[in-house]
Amino acid sequence: MTRTQMRSALGKAVGLGSARDGVENWLLERVSAVALIPLTLWFTVSTVMHAGDDYATVMAWLRRPVTTTLMALLLMALFHHTALGLQVIIEDYVHSRMKVLLLVGMRLGCLAMAVTGLVATLKIAFGA
Amino acid sequence: MPSTPTDRPRPLSPNIQIYRPQLTSVLSIANRMTGVALAAYAVALVAWLVSAAAGPAAYTTVQSLIGSWLGRLLLLGCTFCFFLHLCGGIRHLAWDAGYGFSLRAIYASGWTAVAMSMTLTALTWVVGIVLAGHGQ
Repeated sequence: MTRTQMRSALGKAVGLGSARDGVENWLLERVSAVALIPLTLWFTVSTVMHAGDDYATVMAWLRRPVTTTLMALLLMALFHHTALGLQVIIEDYVHSRMKVLLLVGMRLGCLAMAVTGLVATLKIAFGA
Repeated sequence: MPSTPTDRPRPLSPNIQIYRPQLTSVLSIANRMTGVALAAYAVALVAWLVSAAAGPAAYTTVQSLIGSWLGRLLLLGCTFCFFLHLCGGIRHLAWDAGYGFSLRAIYASGWTAVAMSMTLTALTWVVGIVLAGHGQ
């Protein structure tokens, strides 16, 4: 789906709506939100089910292929959604030169967190 | 002479210092604040995964931090923030689809979100505490 399809021909002709990436940001925030509903509920229920369990039991759960898959999906959707949400908040409240620095730092931080989480998840799954 | 911006200032958005809070505005800003809090908790999730990948010693250290009274308080906060943001997010998705815009529906869904967040937080912790008790 492209951002142009989300806007009417009349809206584009008279210059209404976002001039840049607003539509795409809006749409992706909602797509990631829909993905996060089952993923976060799965994670919450799973961690509650493992409350009080020892390291070996938790690792056995984390090593299951379905856990690895869902955890990877959770991390990607979570940090994508976080980056989009924090972007709008920074754009709304920060108007100084700090804005660009914060936006770039936040985006890189979210990417770094997602990759770190993925590497940890894969190390648990395939590590010795 | 047509009025210039200096003659007639543009209207400003509600000044929050003198604006009486309503359920609608409180839940709107709460969705943002819980989102920011959950971003911090997402970093904690990564730290937890890294500790699990690092081995039993690192994992035990992180688990003892979570198990401290401050850790449990933060985890309780995380649970409530998560459920409030989840319920708020579902309200937003319904609005995006064009549903629930009447004043009556907005207040009904708003109070439902508050009640559901509290109920689900309590339910999660009761089940967790009962299961943790069985495991030990």
